[in-house]
Amino acid sequence: MTDTDPRSGVPDDTPAPPDSMSAQLHHRDGQWLLSGHWTVHQLGSLPQDLAALDCPPGAVVLDGSALAALDSAGAWLLQGWLRGHQASAELRQWPPRCETLMRLVLDQVATPPPAPPGRGLLARVGRATADAALQAVALLHFVGEVAMAGASTLRHPGRMRWRAMQRNIQLGGFDALPIIGITSFLLGVVVAYQGADQLRHYGANIFVVDLVGYAMLREFAPLMSAIIIAGRSGSAYAAQIGTMVVTEEVDAMRTMAIDPIELLVLPKLLALAVALPLLTVFADLAGVFGGMVMARSQLGIGFHEFIDRFGREMQGATLLIGVGKSLVFAVVIATIGCFQGFRTRGSADSVGRQTTTSVVQSIFLVIVADALFSIAFNMLGL
Amino acid sequence: MADANPRPPVIEMRQVCTRFGSHVVHADLDLEVRQGEILAIAGGSGSGKSVLLREMILLQRPTSGTVRLFGEDIATLDEAGRLRLRQRWGVMFQRGGLFSALTVRENVGLPMREHSELEDALIDSIADWKISLTGLPPEAATKMPDELSGGMLKRASLARAIALDPELLFLDEPTSGLDPASSAGVDELILRTHALFGLTIVIVTHDLDLLWQVADRVAVLGEGKVLAIDTMEALSHHAHPIVRGYFLDPRAGKTAAATTHDKETPWKTR
Repeated sequence: MTDTDPRSGVPDDTPAPPDSMSAQLHHRDGQWLLSGHWTVHQLGSLPQDLAALDCPPGAVVLDGSALAALDSAGAWLLQGWLRGHQASAELRQWPPRCETLMRLVLDQVATPPPAPPGRGLLARVGRATADAALQAVALLHFVGEVAMAGASTLRHPGRMRWRAMQRNIQLGGFDALPIIGITSFLLGVVVAYQGADQLRHYGANIFVVDLVGYAMLREFAPLMSAIIIAGRSGSAYAAQIGTMVVTEEVDAMRTMAIDPIELLVLPKLLALAVALPLLTVFADLAGVFGGMVMARSQLGIGFHEFIDRFGREMQGATLLIGVGKSLVFAVVIATIGCFQGFRTRGSADSVGRQTTTSVVQSIFLVIVADALFSIAFNMLGL
Repeated sequence: MADANPRPPVIEMRQVCTRFGSHVVHADLDLEVRQGEILAIAGGSGSGKSVLLREMILLQRPTSGTVRLFGEDIATLDEAGRLRLRQRWGVMFQRGGLFSALTVRENVGLPMREHSELEDALIDSIADWKISLTGLPPEAATKMPDELSGGMLKRASLARAIALDPELLFLDEPTSGLDPASSAGVDELILRTHALFGLTIVIVTHDLDLLWQVADRVAVLGEGKVLAIDTMEALSHHAHPIVRGYFLDPRAGKTAAATTHDKETPWKTR
């Protein structure tokens, strides 16, 4: 037993190391001797060693008299080796339990796992398009339901959940002030800095005021605020509603004749419609302040000069356009967030996916809406 | 055998078919639930028990067939009709279905707050009483759902289901995930509630003890239909293999009637 190299199974004269725990396979006198613990923790390098071992096809005698233990991993390893060489096993002097397991494993017919249905590129594109179309229809359906619930709440204002709405304004609006403030300030700094660089060439420093004003109030403040709130509140809405779907709370609501849209969606929608425009104004302030700071440091335009020109040149309409856009963005974000939440299907994984989808979709639609606004305002001459 | 209950059935399902794509769940299923009875719906996994329950509580629309509740065809109901209907029943969901943002007392009081003009203090008192009826300790009323054990969660959701003193009660797997002692407690609770309020109860379950101890009749679902609907004693002699499967305890090697019925009958309240 010890006159073969324990690891490679090749007949060898060097004495085997005294290691009775690890799984070993020796070849001797036309028989294969298994010894040690053929268990998942003790297999060691045997899987690689077995791959290098060759055995003749046909019946192979496996002597298990020195086998201490065998588990599924060991049995399958052996079976795989035998199958790979088209060999069949004859078990001799195996411990009864190990033999039962080995025979069970040997009886398993090797069936390859069913291949997933092949999906050509065209099929995948087609399927994705069909899904997108169905989802668009479902979204329209949802928008209709929300509008109906909104109309019925207008008729019965007592049914409006004011406290839920207040709470959502606090969570979605007030708690977002720091991040909106910081990001807008930094954005204002960046815009002014980039502008300053170019304006300096032409000695047109003072126009940085117009640049910062128009850029922040019309475009950057509403857009950045909407994107940040989409990530913050849009995902929160989707996750909350999605989890309630998974825990059957939404079903419970329906059976208790409570409209989930009235209880869950309307407060969030109205809260965001109030909060986001206010956040946009705050972002305007922070952004213009950032621009002011940069203008002072790079272009030598003092605060008074900046504010003076700002007050003279900027029109109220510019602010209102930005705030108006953010109102539309708020409706988009809240609707998509709640819609994706309701589409959750019964598992934690689904909640995660729907949350992701809601953020990506709302950001995308916000940017599309912004582009459409630009075109519209261009045509209207605003 | 003459129908001992001359009143019209509370729930009537005729020729109900339910299909999801190409998967057929129910095929021409007929079922009647009599007033005041405790009906259990049993069947293997995938036999469509939960889907059937959802069709009864208006969470699912069957592909074809009629469902009548309290004599009205639910397909013809308008929004107001559905609202009225939903206030006549209570549903206890498998995982509780309690609103995680509210305490137990607020959960139980919610149906009353939504659908009545009662004062808050009165609603709280009624809610506390319902909570105590289900055997929960008074401290449970101020706990949040995630602070409750499995048995307490079931009792709390039953308390909410009976909040409006409904005429009809639906229980979806009320003993799932419970240890034998808690399950026995739920059995007793269902019987006590039935005795107290005289309601009609529909239970979806595969818990044998519940079927034997609590149900007046059991409907066994299989192959898309109701294979048999009768008392457990009568069903134990039924010929259909799926029905028989409920009575053969492969582990004991003898009919389940012998193992569960004898020992547990003494404390059965009916």
